[in-house]
Amino acid sequence: MGELVDLVSFGLTEGEVLSALGRVKVRDVDYADLYFESCVSESVSMEESLVKRATKSVSQGVGVRATVGEKTGFAYSDELTKKDLDLAADTARYIASSPSRGQAVPVPVRQRPTHDLYPVDRVQVEVATVDRVALLNAIDAEARRYDPRIKSVMASFNTEYKVVVVATSDGTLIGDVQPLSRLQVTCIAEEKGQRQSGSFGGGGRVGFEFYHEGDRHLRFAREAARQAILNLSAVDAPAGVMPVVLGGGWPGILLHEAIGHGLEADFNRKKTSAFSSLLGKRVASDVCTIVDDGTLPGRRGSLNMDDEGTPTGRTTLIENGILRAYITDKLNARLMGIPVTGNGRRESYQSVVLPRMTNTFMLAGTSNPEEIIRSVNRGLYAVSFGGGQVDITNGKFVFSASEAYLIEGGKVTRPVKGATLIGSGPEILTKVSMVGHDLKLDEGVGTCGKDGQSVPVGVGLPTIRIDEITVGGTQG
Amino acid sequence: MSLQMHEHDGYSQLALDLLAKAKQSGATEADIIIAEGETFSVQVRLGTVDRLTKAREKHLGLRVFVGKRSASTATSDFSADSLSALAAETCTLAKAVVEDPVSGLPKADQMAAERTDLDLYDPTRLNTEQQIDLAKRVEAAAMSMDERVTNSEGGDFDSSAGRVVMANSHGFLGGYQSSSFSMSASPVATDPKTGAMQRDSWYDVQRKFSKLNSPEAVGLEAARRAVRKLGARKVATQRVPVVFDAEMAGSLMGNLCGAVSGYSLYKGVSFLAGQLGKSLAPDYVTVYDDGRIVGGLGSRPFDGEGLPTRKTTVVERGVLKSYLLDTYSGRKLGMPSTGNASRSVGENPSVGPTNFYLAPGTKTAQEIIATVKEGLYVTDLIGFGFNMVTGDYSRGASGFWIEGGELAYPVEEITIAGNFKEMFAGIEMVGSDIVFRGRITSPTVKIAEMMVAGS
Repeated sequence: MGELVDLVSFGLTEGEVLSALGRVKVRDVDYADLYFESCVSESVSMEESLVKRATKSVSQGVGVRATVGEKTGFAYSDELTKKDLDLAADTARYIASSPSRGQAVPVPVRQRPTHDLYPVDRVQVEVATVDRVALLNAIDAEARRYDPRIKSVMASFNTEYKVVVVATSDGTLIGDVQPLSRLQVTCIAEEKGQRQSGSFGGGGRVGFEFYHEGDRHLRFAREAARQAILNLSAVDAPAGVMPVVLGGGWPGILLHEAIGHGLEADFNRKKTSAFSSLLGKRVASDVCTIVDDGTLPGRRGSLNMDDEGTPTGRTTLIENGILRAYITDKLNARLMGIPVTGNGRRESYQSVVLPRMTNTFMLAGTSNPEEIIRSVNRGLYAVSFGGGQVDITNGKFVFSASEAYLIEGGKVTRPVKGATLIGSGPEILTKVSMVGHDLKLDEGVGTCGKDGQSVPVGVGLPTIRIDEITVGGTQG
Repeated sequence: MSLQMHEHDGYSQLALDLLAKAKQSGATEADIIIAEGETFSVQVRLGTVDRLTKAREKHLGLRVFVGKRSASTATSDFSADSLSALAAETCTLAKAVVEDPVSGLPKADQMAAERTDLDLYDPTRLNTEQQIDLAKRVEAAAMSMDERVTNSEGGDFDSSAGRVVMANSHGFLGGYQSSSFSMSASPVATDPKTGAMQRDSWYDVQRKFSKLNSPEAVGLEAARRAVRKLGARKVATQRVPVVFDAEMAGSLMGNLCGAVSGYSLYKGVSFLAGQLGKSLAPDYVTVYDDGRIVGGLGSRPFDGEGLPTRKTTVVERGVLKSYLLDTYSGRKLGMPSTGNASRSVGENPSVGPTNFYLAPGTKTAQEIIATVKEGLYVTDLIGFGFNMVTGDYSRGASGFWIEGGELAYPVEEITIAGNFKEMFAGIEMVGSDIVFRGRITSPTVKIAEMMVAGS
């Protein structure tokens, strides 16, 4: 069981919250909720071998929401007095255009989340700044030791400690404590006037000890350094359609962009997604089974409950190539008459809930990864990526390789410079012909942007072969 | 600076008190930024209100220096107790990091002193019904333009107003108000034969409500952009001239802006390191950053450290003339600040553009397209395929294929790639069609040749 979080930490009583909820839940309102959040974010960063910056931000507030049919009324406040709560409630219910007399809402039952994916007593949240500084200093030394051509090392360590309470008109009062941290390393390598960079990082809903386990922080440093050095010898990337083998882990960003966003319920309810009306249809080859799973312990994309108080779950989106489900929040599930999947997420109390991914990955297949590479005569082997983006409506998506190699005659040969890969979401997975047995989840660096809101997510992938995709290099 | 002090009285006192508290906690220097604002946003979809958001918010950021050590913090709790704790905690945090010889506030005699009204604030307040009506009109215009416009991601109207107050231990105290009004429409067009959908959007944003384009004009443009994408296909992989429409050329200016930031340069993560005074582009390429444009979306009387903003010539007739700097990055590079400190509350200052733009040339977009025998006209770019360290550029694109100087058919699912240095040197034409609709702006640009990857 997760934490039992109290409203007391927000200086409010249950009565006051219930009264505001009653005020917003006027006759025509289908559903209303109050989302209380307090968040402490801290960061330290290092450059030029000096940890010279430290920041800390504290924020607290409440978001009040009312939904009527497809309509959402929303207000937020960084003041948590009864007066501000009532004002926000009055604003949120403006869309209802029904008499302002509130309704009694069921007295909520105080609950704790059923999941306990990031036990807070074990997550060491209070870390002395001096320990964070030492972590970054060790990274600097390790990266420079890796190769003398590493000329600069930049690293940052960010933590966030969020306490949330959700009170809903359907009778839930539930809270969660959500720690999150991330360590990021970037190295610049220099040789003969040429400069290249490499980046690596990781994290999750974990305590500080995570970064020292098996000297994880030093591995991150070496990985960033290795990538920068490797890129010094990279040749221009090819241009055109070719087979591409994706390595395991972070290349799962393919799934996030190509199908994940397109399966978010809001776009499908509005029928503006390239996947609208494809439920039950084939959208991938039969070796592809893809899930969204918010219940993996300690993962960056995991949550004990979503931001509407629904327990997170594991949703099979695509089963053996057939589209099975959309990713939903309460509003879209209700309007579409489909199950609530526990994917209602928001960046903060200042933003509305949207259906969002948690950890999205493809299940392992049966192929041997080496065999997959051997099967390609001329193509690309891409193992690390920067960001990606998708146009939901026409389904075209991109993701940009940051570490990739040519495959020539079934062998991985020269490293190539970064290139963007572009494809069509509803088609690309039908071209997946081999899926490796080596499923890997990413290290915990992903942040997903939608409608101006950023939320932490995870991805994962086994080694896969895509028979053809357009590679945006410079060599024709 | 005492701009509209009566408006800021409450926060001025609060800032002065907090500076005193920081000093008591051991700060040798400090500065404070307070940002407060209210926002209203309405989204209409298929004629009914989809989402209505209203809020007020306020934040305070404190930066302290304890000798040459520094830290920054932020809070939304302005109570005296919370601020006392913040002052103490910020100084403790600063003592935990190492000394940085170049850290510190700008020099006292450099602070913004003149009283300038850049006309950034419009007191117009629209009521909820008026804003809903505007959002409905912008969407309705888009939906009515063509029967192939079948669906909509919505019509939006947003307004916001706020003020910034800044103070530092040199005795600087300044403030200004600003506002913004914006609207957009995002229609979806469907190909009647194939059922394939295309979405596009159009928008306007202004500091003054009266300057905003009519919702009808914005909606019609959004629909025109969506409908013209119907029937898009891939093209073969080839090297061709590429014309970036004004919006997409603006994204190139965004890439340039990042690469001339003092932080990118002293960290060695910009391909433009060491290029000051060198020729990057033909002599008809001139780029400015101008923080003093009256009513400009990126204008402000002083920057995130209280230094006066100015007009900086970044590229003059093809030659890289200046980086964009704040005090810290300037000191690292041995140069004075250009007044480009950008400050989000709770962060250390970084460098940001004010109004960053490519100076317009003389040809219309149509005249530029007419010079291309076969090539690409880019109207959309997706992805993050720009490597600032090397200048390598590779992004997903869509737009139109140009044949014989005319737009022949829409294209999609292609990429364009090159190296930014070569692209910039290869700018063949600069259009006359600049419209300031954001902080980074450009007219149409033609680049001699890039690699297009398709089928």
